[in-house]
Amino acid sequence: MSAVGTLVRAHLRRDRWALPAWWVAGTLLYCTQAVSIDGLYATQAELDQAAAAMEGNAAFVAMAGPARALDTVGGQVAWQSTAYGVVLAGLMSTMLVVRHTRGEEESGRDELVRAAAVPRRAPLVAAMVVATLANVVLGVLVAASLASYGLALADSAALGVGLALAGLLLATVALLAAQVFSTGRAVWGATGAVIGAAFALRAVGDVAENGLSWLSPIGWYQAMHAFSGLRWWPAALLVLAAVPVAAGAVAAFERRDIGSGLRAASPGPARGGRSLSGPLGLTWRLQRPAVVGWTLGLLLTGLAYGTIGDSARELIGESSQALFGGGDDLVAGYYGTTAVMLALIAGGFTVSSALRAKGEEESGRGELLLAQPLARGRWLGAHVAATVAGSVAVVVAAWLGVFVGYAVVTGEAGDAAHYAAPTLVQVVPLLVLAGVAALGHALGGRASALGWAVLAWSVVVLLFGEAWRVPGWAQGLSPYDHLPLAPAEAYAWGPVVGLLVVAALAWAASYVVLCRRDLG
Amino acid sequence: MSTPQPALDVHGLVKTFGSFRALDGLDLTVVPGEVHGFLGPNGAGKSTTIRVVLGLLRAGAGQVTLLGGDPWRDAAALHRRLAYVPGDVALWPHLTGGETIDLLARLHGGVDEQRRAELVERFELDPTKRGRSYSKGNRQKVALVAALAADVELLVLDEPTSGLDPLMEATFTECVRERREQGCAVLLSSHILAEVEHLADRVSIIRNGRTVESGTLDDLRHLTRTSVQAELAGDPPALAGVPGIHDLEVDGHRVVCEVDTPALDGLLRALTSVGVTSLVCQPPTLEELFLRHYGDAVPATPSPPGATS
Ligand SMILES: Nc1ncnc2c1ncn2[C@@H]1O[C@H](COP(=O)(O)OP(=O)(O)OP(=O)(O)O)[C@@H](O)[C@H]1O
Ligand SMILES: [Mg+2]
Repeated sequence: MSAVGTLVRAHLRRDRWALPAWWVAGTLLYCTQAVSIDGLYATQAELDQAAAAMEGNAAFVAMAGPARALDTVGGQVAWQSTAYGVVLAGLMSTMLVVRHTRGEEESGRDELVRAAAVPRRAPLVAAMVVATLANVVLGVLVAASLASYGLALADSAALGVGLALAGLLLATVALLAAQVFSTGRAVWGATGAVIGAAFALRAVGDVAENGLSWLSPIGWYQAMHAFSGLRWWPAALLVLAAVPVAAGAVAAFERRDIGSGLRAASPGPARGGRSLSGPLGLTWRLQRPAVVGWTLGLLLTGLAYGTIGDSARELIGESSQALFGGGDDLVAGYYGTTAVMLALIAGGFTVSSALRAKGEEESGRGELLLAQPLARGRWLGAHVAATVAGSVAVVVAAWLGVFVGYAVVTGEAGDAAHYAAPTLVQVVPLLVLAGVAALGHALGGRASALGWAVLAWSVVVLLFGEAWRVPGWAQGLSPYDHLPLAPAEAYAWGPVVGLLVVAALAWAASYVVLCRRDLG
Repeated sequence: MSTPQPALDVHGLVKTFGSFRALDGLDLTVVPGEVHGFLGPNGAGKSTTIRVVLGLLRAGAGQVTLLGGDPWRDAAALHRRLAYVPGDVALWPHLTGGETIDLLARLHGGVDEQRRAELVERFELDPTKRGRSYSKGNRQKVALVAALAADVELLVLDEPTSGLDPLMEATFTECVRERREQGCAVLLSSHILAEVEHLADRVSIIRNGRTVESGTLDDLRHLTRTSVQAELAGDPPALAGVPGIHDLEVDGHRVVCEVDTPALDGLLRALTSVGVTSLVCQPPTLEELFLRHYGDAVPATPSPPGATS
């Protein structure tokens, strides 16, 4: 058996639980849309009416994609699922590639493999084989589930093929990043930024209809127009883009040393700077790159959403204006939803930042640190401070992006401030998320995924809460679900105070638990 | 007061992980000015003991007195007076060795510039490398320099030399001796008997979470056996079954055996009564004692013969 074959089998064994979970999630994402549309709208007339309303709503277009054939079940599925399908396939690909390439190198296991008689490129090839397999299976499952539900075969197949190709393209991006950067964290950051950019470019492009969507793999996938005049040629773009990226990954791999990135680790200062004198200085030093990266990312994303300006108004046809009670409310609704979307993205920073303490503990660095004269409470406090400061920075950057984007496009600074302001308030649910993630870490074991679980649930609630008729209490588990959708609705202080209390309680509980349990 | 207050006093320590008893009534005492060797096979519970002593793990039962205090309650305050080198040193990947040493020193209350510079030089450490590009031995050196530079009463070292080359090991031995001269207590866990024989004043050997031997090296040597080979002038005396004599082999006039120290005198008398033409005595080594404790794995519940699944 060849080396690649052996590695692939070992990888698949390791992924035997994770892969089916991704596949199920991806398939559900598509086929539940079909089921819920049929369940939600009893007659074609009802669907027609809803479709007319959705078509004109810029917030929906920014969240999902260009509105096409929304009065059909297939059109609804393609519209609501494709953007998130690509995000999901991209995250799956990134996880697989990081786990089987850079992650292995970081842990040193890769050296064990390479010490055996294995061709140099075998680990690289094996990781790509696994990623390809994962995306192909995902595509087949999506296509098969839609076709067996009774949707048109060719269009169902197109949704599956496009999804697999987009996932594969993002796998090559992750592979390239895994050659360039020396830590799994950085690879996640780079690939995540590409996925985020793909989403933001198409959001702006779809609302402003300025062609930006053609710069995004999600845009290419959606340009296949499944269930609304299917065409296959945009799928070729996904393949054509993957070729140079994969070639770049191989070239970078050939130029680098095993264990390091493209750039060899440079020597640094022989002495610690004055800021590196306590837990706060250390935590800031550890989190600085992430804070800077996410701040920049959200500034750009905010800018992208802001430059849509008030074209939200123009999307609305005469007929559906009445439904929304006028164009101004629609613009306000768009920016209210944008604020929540930006805060959901920022949640990625907040949770990963809050879980840095967990990483420190698991790596053994926490042990080294807490064997110094440093109380656990102060250590935890430093991490909380970094998370809070980072979350504020990220949210302010998103706010600034929306404000500047809107102001530049429309020339109306006053309106810009009005529409951008709700973004700032969104720091409050982030603090709850940070507290919950910290509590999860303190509790340990399975509970340590609590922060990610709440964030994932919040995404589900925002995207599908209404469509799936999730009960109110369950929607309430999302910390994002409690603030009024300003500026369309009036600001309210009650929920803000309530959320802050929840965040404070979660932190207090995490402190109490962490001080009472074994470390490491 | 004749004996100084111990730097570390552990009595009947129990630590369980779920249903697994990692420590099961462990005793350990380290006094100021001594290097205390802490020996035991893999998984015996050395690192676990050290983590409890540092207040990182909570004791299940038993008493732990660290520098006169309770390590679980007063961890941070007591840590000011001790320094620790973990068995598996993990460093921050993007911090340089120099930055790490300074960070740890500042947490300890300040950098002793002279000592720091001297130690960096003695251990030939390049302080400008990043944590992730250090080798295992060099990571250990970073932690060692930080620990040895601190002005403390107790050094807790968990297998500190496992990654060091022989030259650096010698430097390490020297440094630990110096600290002992200054009155520092040292708890030194190790697998390497030679290193412990070299450095330690007293040792404790643990196994399955329990202390099985403890005392000075001379005390322990007393517990070991001398090996004796003799050519006799006549037929050997009846030695089989005599208490204290082990592994007896008789081949004509030749006698080979192992003898416990208390039985040595009796054996020699018996041999000289026949007449000795040649005699080789091998002095007792700790190695043997050590291997005895490492080797005969006594399972907690002995399985009946043939009961393989
Ligand atoms: N967090 C934990 N959970 C469960 N079991 C543990 C944990 N930590 C240690 N153990 C177990 O406790 C026992 C003692 O481990 P410990 O690390 O103290 O051994 P050690 O004497 O330091 O061994 P070595 O010489 O290999 O370093 C081992 O059997 C180990 O598997
Ligand atoms: Mg150990």
